Amino acid sequence: MEVVQSHRKSSSNNVIVSILPLYRSAPPLEVRLEDFEFFAIDRLRVLKGISDGLCRGKKPEEMEKLVLDLWKANMRHPQAVEEVNKDIISHFVLRLVYCRTEELRKWFLSMETTLFRHRFRRGSSEAQRALMSEFKLPYKAVSNAEFESLKDKLGQVARSMGQTLAAADAIFYKVPFEEVPDLVAGRRVFIHKGHAYVAINQVVSLVVTQFRSYLSKALILTNRKWTSTIREQEKDRLTPIVEALCTSYLGPDYSQQQEFGEISIKDIDQVAKTSFPLCMRHLFEKVKEDHHLKHGGRMQLGLFLKGVGLKLDDALAFWKAEFAPKVSAERFDKEYAYNIRHNYGREGKRTDYTPYSCQKIISVTPGIGDHHGCPYRHFSEENLRAALVRMGVSSRAVEDVMDKVHNRHYQLACTLTFEAVHGSSCDAGINHPNQYFIDSQRVLQSKNGSVA
Amino acid sequence: MTKEQADNGRDDMVIDGPGQANAVPDEFNANYLRIYYGKLFPHADMFKWMSYGNDGKHPGCDKSYFGRREFSFTLENDIYIRFQSFNSVTELENSIKEKCPFKIDIGPVYSVDPAKRHAYAQSGDNVFTPVERELVFDIDISDYDDVRYCCTGADVCLECWPLMTIAIKVIDTSLRDDFGFNHILWVYSGRRGVHCWVCDGKARRLTNEQRAAIADYFYVYKGNENSHKKISLPGLVLYPFLARSYTEVLKGFFEAKLLPNQNLLASEERYEKILEMIPDASVASELRRRWQENKRASMSKDDINIVRWEQLKSILQSGKQKMQGLRRCVEEIVFSYTYPRLDMEVSKHMNHLLKAPFCVHPKTGRVCVPIDPNNCDEFDPTTVPTLSQLLEELNRGGPRQDAENEWDRTSLGESVTFFRTSFLQPLLKSCKEEIENSYNAKLQQSKNALSWSHVSLKVLLNRTETDLSISSTHSSETLYEVVLMYTY
Repeated sequence: MEVVQSHRKSSSNNVIVSILPLYRSAPPLEVRLEDFEFFAIDRLRVLKGISDGLCRGKKPEEMEKLVLDLWKANMRHPQAVEEVNKDIISHFVLRLVYCRTEELRKWFLSMETTLFRHRFRRGSSEAQRALMSEFKLPYKAVSNAEFESLKDKLGQVARSMGQTLAAADAIFYKVPFEEVPDLVAGRRVFIHKGHAYVAINQVVSLVVTQFRSYLSKALILTNRKWTSTIREQEKDRLTPIVEALCTSYLGPDYSQQQEFGEISIKDIDQVAKTSFPLCMRHLFEKVKEDHHLKHGGRMQLGLFLKGVGLKLDDALAFWKAEFAPKVSAERFDKEYAYNIRHNYGREGKRTDYTPYSCQKIISVTPGIGDHHGCPYRHFSEENLRAALVRMGVSSRAVEDVMDKVHNRHYQLACTLTFEAVHGSSCDAGINHPNQYFIDSQRVLQSKNGSVA
Repeated sequence: MTKEQADNGRDDMVIDGPGQANAVPDEFNANYLRIYYGKLFPHADMFKWMSYGNDGKHPGCDKSYFGRREFSFTLENDIYIRFQSFNSVTELENSIKEKCPFKIDIGPVYSVDPAKRHAYAQSGDNVFTPVERELVFDIDISDYDDVRYCCTGADVCLECWPLMTIAIKVIDTSLRDDFGFNHILWVYSGRRGVHCWVCDGKARRLTNEQRAAIADYFYVYKGNENSHKKISLPGLVLYPFLARSYTEVLKGFFEAKLLPNQNLLASEERYEKILEMIPDASVASELRRRWQENKRASMSKDDINIVRWEQLKSILQSGKQKMQGLRRCVEEIVFSYTYPRLDMEVSKHMNHLLKAPFCVHPKTGRVCVPIDPNNCDEFDPTTVPTLSQLLEELNRGGPRQDAENEWDRTSLGESVTFFRTSFLQPLLKSCKEEIENSYNAKLQQSKNALSWSHVSLKVLLNRTETDLSISSTHSSETLYEVVLMYTY
């Protein structure tokens, strides 16, 4: 694609064009094993930060700032070459991590695309044009003569969108209208005889579409290779790293009981009413009702209770008592106690399991007879509304919550619920059920001067 | 009685007198239709059109093309049969004559002959799916019932028909000037609307997403019974297509024709509808006050609608109006009354079936004839030939020597001629060129492909060597190389 500038002075100062890799090919590099993991984790922080920002419904300008801040905080390196290397390596490692299920791929694709979009937008126009030609977009730059003849119309289109045409710097690309359906549909480009005249800032969305499409296909290919060869081959080296990275939740893990020390078994009923998030309230109510919970529910609630401060002995007593109508003490000891002790790290590998974050809980799909998962995602509208009302959420707030649910912002919905129930705002947003609990206790304590 | 009428075996034909020997009662029935399909319906022209140049004469022709097109027939008693396909003009003609459909719809061209569709999967590689389809539009005057007071529903008269005329002008101009399409056929739908068939190759190959984009480009009117303000034109100026439509077509039509003919400002009930669209309540009340005062007084010889419209404009467009929403209020009013109201669903999907031109509408007996967009002001839906009229004309003509071109002796002749000269011939010429060019391009490509295969082999060999070297030093190669090997 030849780029012909319209009467601009050529920028002759050799500005280092910041390189935005397309991750289509990579130079051979030497990487230390630890860097592998570190680089990937740093990038993961960026992607999770983006995910968070999107969940909160941040506007595009806010997202752009967020993305750049995240990048600066996690991925910057004084030497440009090192930064690029880290960029590329971390991307490819995360590709391996996130190629393995449809849900992971969707998430990774979405975050990487958002990241790319904002980095592309902030790039210099030379960098942008270089990338466009890499994508082989069939764009011809509009010649001076043509630009002059169309200037009025192009200006008219800009003003119809409430923008102005900065004529001196305006660079337009000519492309068949079929290539830019979104812009045509919104009447955001001037079209003439089947050609659309696309402004440089509109080009961003087109480039991003290409990037996304490429990455989507690459992820599927990577998954095939993973399942067919790598996983087995790399059993000892790469595979454990990859599998650990995927489940890493990067906030506090609530595995150490912090501010509120212990919660004893007699306190649970009370705190459940006041401070449990909906997902845990539901599980708690169900175990009281049915005197049973299936495995997923036991894990989700059990680990949560551990994070809340329930000691092992109290946990054993709790579950035993709740199950008593259906499960004899003997059977309980045989079939259920072991798993509870396992969760507390007293058996087997002695891993002290961490309570599930919202992200993890939202991602599971409960089956028949299950009550775990995120109710904002899985409850029917009717049931969710009823549950919210039972929690004491006002009808006005219920509408706001439902609005978030319809837009699939489940954590925002939970945050709004928190705010409605406690009458105070939660700026940080809810990311973890134990965070909900702690924040709730904090609010109540400051109101009553004691732990509820 | 003529032989024709005797053959029909009808007992209840009314023959008024000697001059009425050829009279055919004005109705629609299978017998009339049979004669129509036998002598008048232009089977060959339809076949040529639908073949798009793939008549087998050029080596680049796709002989399967016509056979992959879906037709659907609605038979007497509302029996509906889909996925009809034909491999030749004879098959098409014979099937129509035999089945005598009350309505013929044209669907898309599929990846395979619709008759064989059950042998193909729903998804994956070997599918039965539409691959080509004209870009089509459907405009129905009953969608304008809230702005015409002369008729409602299925009725149409010369007062309100011009709404269709301006719709044709606006859309046709845009299809040509903005989108660059050339082969566009406008057809009277037989009762109360028009259809548009865009037949350029580029148009036929549009995806659903692209069709939706074009439909959205044309989408301005967002009304239903529940909204007052159905058009919103934000922005400092109008988008070029909208501005052009306004100044070249809509404004003139609204002020000179629609406003006075439909008495849009003459009575309180009617002017309230317009006042409702003014976002500034004080402006609306000012006008209301003036018009209530002047109910009986006639200020001048000019039409009261025009006088009031001028008053409205002068208030809204005066420099004093600073309020945001008023900037485009006059245009919004004009647009809401006159801008084309398209049926979006028809245009968005490739598999939407649309009635074929030259069908006869069962409720009116009128033929779905083409409309010349360059002369659409002259088109009069009340004088479109009807089935019985055509049969009458056939009877009137003398002995039939020439079985072909019977339509030439009837009012249909004009329509068929127009169809051929203005639409079909230029289209076929362009199709032939396309087929030739594409064929030549493919020849060139296969010449190039031979040399390409050598290059790729070399690259492949290089790759394999690199792979081998990695695996032989498995323990020492870096993890990164391993990742690269598998991820790109």
